[in-house]
Amino acid sequence: MDVKEYIASGILELYVAGALSPEENLEVQHYAIQYPEIRKEIEAIEHAILKLTESSSPKMPENGFVKIKEEIKNVIQFTPESSMSKKTAWGSYLGWAASILLAIGLFWMYSENSKLKSEIELTNQEKQSLEDILTDTQEEITYQERLLQDIRDKNVTVIALGGQTVSPTSYAKAYWNKEEQKVIIDAQGLPEPPDGFTYQVWSLKLDPLTPTSIGLLDDFASQDKKLFTLENANESEAFGITLEPEGGSESPTLEQLYTLGAVGT
Amino acid sequence: MDLDNLIKQFQQKDSVAFEALYNMYAENICGVINVIVKDPERSQEICQDVFVKIWEKSDQYDASKGRFFTWILNIARNAAIDEVRSKAHKNQKKNLAVDSLVGIFESEEDLNSKMDTIGLKSLLKGLKQKCILLIDMLYFKGYTQKEAAKELDTPIGTIKTRIRSCISNIRKNMA
Repeated sequence: MDVKEYIASGILELYVAGALSPEENLEVQHYAIQYPEIRKEIEAIEHAILKLTESSSPKMPENGFVKIKEEIKNVIQFTPESSMSKKTAWGSYLGWAASILLAIGLFWMYSENSKLKSEIELTNQEKQSLEDILTDTQEEITYQERLLQDIRDKNVTVIALGGQTVSPTSYAKAYWNKEEQKVIIDAQGLPEPPDGFTYQVWSLKLDPLTPTSIGLLDDFASQDKKLFTLENANESEAFGITLEPEGGSESPTLEQLYTLGAVGT
Repeated sequence: MDLDNLIKQFQQKDSVAFEALYNMYAENICGVINVIVKDPERSQEICQDVFVKIWEKSDQYDASKGRFFTWILNIARNAAIDEVRSKAHKNQKKNLAVDSLVGIFESEEDLNSKMDTIGLKSLLKGLKQKCILLIDMLYFKGYTQKEAAKELDTPIGTIKTRIRSCISNIRKNMA
C-alpha cells in the first residue's frame, strides 16, 4: 500500500470528521495501527480541527467542571452498575466459557483417570490370578517331584497289579515303601467307578487269605494323575483293588476284584 | 498519562480522568456548539449538558469505531442541532449549512465578543468559501461524505480531495 497516496486521498480528514461508513472507519483504524505515519497524520488533522473549534468557543467558565461534577455524582449512583454490567458482559461470558471448558476438561480427566484406574484394577486381577496359577503350578511341581522321589526311593518295591475277570483290561501299580510304611497306588489303568461306588485297596496275606483294607481311592474322577498315597503297616504279600459301595466295605467283594498282584513275584 | 489510558479510566467511571478530558476538549465542544447555536451563553449550558451526556454514555465509546474526539464531536453537534430545531427554527441540516461558520467568518462586526474571531479568521485565512462551507458541513454539521457530495452536487472523490486541501490550508495557517 502507498501510504503517501492514502494520506493524500483525504480519507483521514473524513475519518476525523466521522463522515465515513463503518467499513471505511475500520479500514482507517487498521492502517493507523499498521502505519505510524497514518496515525501521526490523523493526529495532525485532529489537532487542526481542535484549533478551529477552540477558536469558535465563547470560552467556558473557569469552574465549568464543578457543575458537571455535581450532576454526574447523581448519575454515578445508578449508572455505574448498568454500564459496568454491560462492560463486563463479555468478560463474564468469557469467564463462563472458560469455566465450562475447564469443567469439560476436568470431567474428561476424571473419566480418563477412572478408565486408567479400572485398567489397573483389571491388570492387578490378572496378575493375581497368574500368581495363583503360578503358586498352584509350583505346588504341583513340588508334589510331583516328591512323588517321583517317593517312587524312586531305593526302599520302594513296585508291584504290578493285573486285570481280573470283572475287568481284564484293567491294571494298576503299587509302589510300596516298606520302611516308610507307605503305598502309592497308580490307578491310571482303572476305569472310572460308577456313581455310588469307590475303589478300595487291600493288603493281602496269602496263607491263609487275609485281606486288610488300607484305604479308598476317593475322588477318583477329579484326581487326574490317578496317584493315591496310602498308609500300609502290614507285612503285605499281595495287593488287590475292588469296587465297593461308597465309604468302603469291611471285607472285599471278590466278585468286584479289578486288579491283583503279588509282592516279589 | 496518555490519551488512551485516560479514556479507558474515564470509561471505568473515573471522574478524575473525566475532568482531564473535560479540560482537554471543553472549548472545542463549546466551539462546535456555538457555531451552530450562535448564542454564547446557551452554548455554554448545552456544552455542560453534553459533557454530562458523554459521562452517561461513556461505555458506548468504541475506539475501533473512531477517535474519541470524533465521538464527542458527534454528541455535541447532535445536541446543538436539536437545540436549533427545538427553537422552532425548523431548519434542516442544509439550511444550517449556509450560515454559521461562513457567516462568522464573513461577519465584519464582532457579533460574539467572547469568541476568538481573530484566531478563527487567521486559521481560515486564504480559504475559499466552498472550503469553509465544506468544513462547516463535515465537522460542524456532521454530514457524511455521501450527504455532502449530494448536497454540493459533487462526486465523492472530489469531496475527499477538497477537504484534504482545505485542512492542509488550515494547517499551513497554524504554522
